[in-house]
Amino acid sequence: MLVIEDLHASVNGAEILRGLDLEVHAGEVHAVMGPNGSGKSTLANVLAGRESYEVTRGRVLFEGRDLLPMSPEARACEGIFLAFQYPVEIPGVSTAYFLKAGLNAIRKHRGLEELDAIDFLAMAKEKLKIVEMEESLMTRALNEGFSGGEKKRNEIFQMVVLDPRLAILDETDSGLDIDALKIVADGVNALRGPDRAMIVITHYQRLLNYIVPDHVHVLVNGRIVRSGGKELALELEERGYDWVKADAGAPA
Amino acid sequence: MVPGAKEWERYLADFAQLASNGTTPAPPWTRELRRSALDRFTALGFPTTKHEEWKYTNVAPIARSRFERAESTRNGLTAERLALFTFGEQGGTRLVFVDGRYAPALSALPDLSDGMTAGSLAGVLTADPTALEPHLARYAACQDHAFVALNTACMEDGAFVSVPAGTAVPKPIHLLFVTTAPEKSTVSHPRNLILMGGGSRAMIVESYVGLGPASYFTNAVTEIVIGENAVLTHDKLVEETDVAFHIATTQAQLARSAVFTSRAITLSGALVRNDTNAVLAGEGGDCTLDGLYLLHGRQHADNHTRIDHEKPHCSSRELYKGILAGRSKGVFNGKIYVHQDAQKTDAKQTNKNLLLSENAVINTKPQLEILADDVKCAHGSTIGRLDEDAIFYLRSRGLGLEAARGLLTYAFASEVVSRITIAPLQGRLDRLLLARLQSLDGWSGASGVPA
Repeated sequence: MLVIEDLHASVNGAEILRGLDLEVHAGEVHAVMGPNGSGKSTLANVLAGRESYEVTRGRVLFEGRDLLPMSPEARACEGIFLAFQYPVEIPGVSTAYFLKAGLNAIRKHRGLEELDAIDFLAMAKEKLKIVEMEESLMTRALNEGFSGGEKKRNEIFQMVVLDPRLAILDETDSGLDIDALKIVADGVNALRGPDRAMIVITHYQRLLNYIVPDHVHVLVNGRIVRSGGKELALELEERGYDWVKADAGAPA
Repeated sequence: MVPGAKEWERYLADFAQLASNGTTPAPPWTRELRRSALDRFTALGFPTTKHEEWKYTNVAPIARSRFERAESTRNGLTAERLALFTFGEQGGTRLVFVDGRYAPALSALPDLSDGMTAGSLAGVLTADPTALEPHLARYAACQDHAFVALNTACMEDGAFVSVPAGTAVPKPIHLLFVTTAPEKSTVSHPRNLILMGGGSRAMIVESYVGLGPASYFTNAVTEIVIGENAVLTHDKLVEETDVAFHIATTQAQLARSAVFTSRAITLSGALVRNDTNAVLAGEGGDCTLDGLYLLHGRQHADNHTRIDHEKPHCSSRELYKGILAGRSKGVFNGKIYVHQDAQKTDAKQTNKNLLLSENAVINTKPQLEILADDVKCAHGSTIGRLDEDAIFYLRSRGLGLEAARGLLTYAFASEVVSRITIAPLQGRLDRLLLARLQSLDGWSGASGVPA
């Protein structure tokens, strides 16, 4: 589904990703872990198409198509979803209005009929239950005055509504208490399926107790330095990142 | 006209007969009013940008234009044609003025049974001028304001609304001023007087629209007197044409515990100046001045506000928001004057501006003068662009770039529009904003204005 080859990317002239390779197949959940500053969020933003991140080398194929020239909205229409590490507050725009506009843009692209307000709300109400949020969420201004946990649950709610093929979760676990973490994990697990893939970016192993990954990758200094199964996450939890950093310095 | 006479003297020619009382039967006090206003205007002349209150707004194009008093014709105007400018209000009072004069055939006066008076000011001046004498031109001062003086000297007609004590008018009262401007450049001086008796309640919408292709000048003054415990909402809409000049003063006087909410919403017009002033003249008064200006092309809009806290325990809130595209220019000047006696004043003023283009300009200036020592006063102004993080967030959910920018701009404006309490009016503005802002480039690329 997703093939990343020799990806180099810079932010404000500073190179953050330095030759990243990753392959993700449909039905898989990949965890990308790494210390602060290793390039985890850069990877997420590059995949979602944020313009302030400049790709200087390499290529990314999504379903066999070149992803990098696509606009963020084109990527959303193709089925890529990013759950933001820091969701943006937008006063004056209700979640319902914004999400319906997004969903209908995506549906249109997929050749589906646009949903009217009634059908949209009926569908959204069902999905709200998955993240255990009140219906009042729909009429509240997008993320305005939301607690950290509410914002993250709203991200998962949007993901469930937009029904992406590839979901990228950028430190969705940060700032969550254990109850909110379980709700978020339940939402993610509800979406797992043979046609869908996920990249779960996290600093801590904790989330992976609830979202069990098929593959774990360790990102250090802009490259994946180690890959393995779910047990790699536990090893990292125990030993910290220093040993992989040290390993990364030595030739394999 | 005398050769070499000042440009503006041409203005007065058409209205000279009004001032000298040539044809209109008018009581002596109005003659005196006009004469002294004319003297004042003659002394002041049109302001230049050297005048502190007109520093960023150049009215030279008005001064040098030849605007004539409109002929008395309605140009085949029908109620259907005006439907565009009403907001689906059912059963409410509507006073329509065409080229400055009352048009009874286009107006609707359904619910005057409760003692409310609503009609033509000129009509009242002829029939019962004594009711006007204590109020007309007693609040909007000619002293320092040339356009108020000009209006007072040349006023012909406008709305007179009087709500008796204890009466609540349930439906909005719409004052609609239409300029036809089919060929010649015309001027009108609408003059409105609104009297709210003690404990009364009403909602008034005052809107200005233009139809014709020709340039025109609207020079309006609205005086509002709000009695003790009375509540008035006043929504002013400027929807003049892209070749029109609109200069207006809204002057409100609040008695003890009166509540006044004003919104000045500028949607179009080549050059627009709104002076919105409120005097809190009794204890416990409460005044809210909100505004929105949505500018593109080469439009220019200047909002001046002044709130006088004269008595203790009054509060005032002010929120003006501006969206500026193209090469438009905006001015916000908000003065809050807390008099020595006005202890426990609670005043807050906010002006926020969104610049959508590199070439748009905003001048914003808060002015606080505080002579009392136990008061709470705050002000703040911001000038910003659309938040790139927010745009990316919306796009990552599937919205196109233009849709994302439009939605964020709409959201910025909706803070003011959502406060409108007249649902059909709010709905109309909401739809208008969404339509305009969803194709921001198309809208902001259009241009108006003769320089």
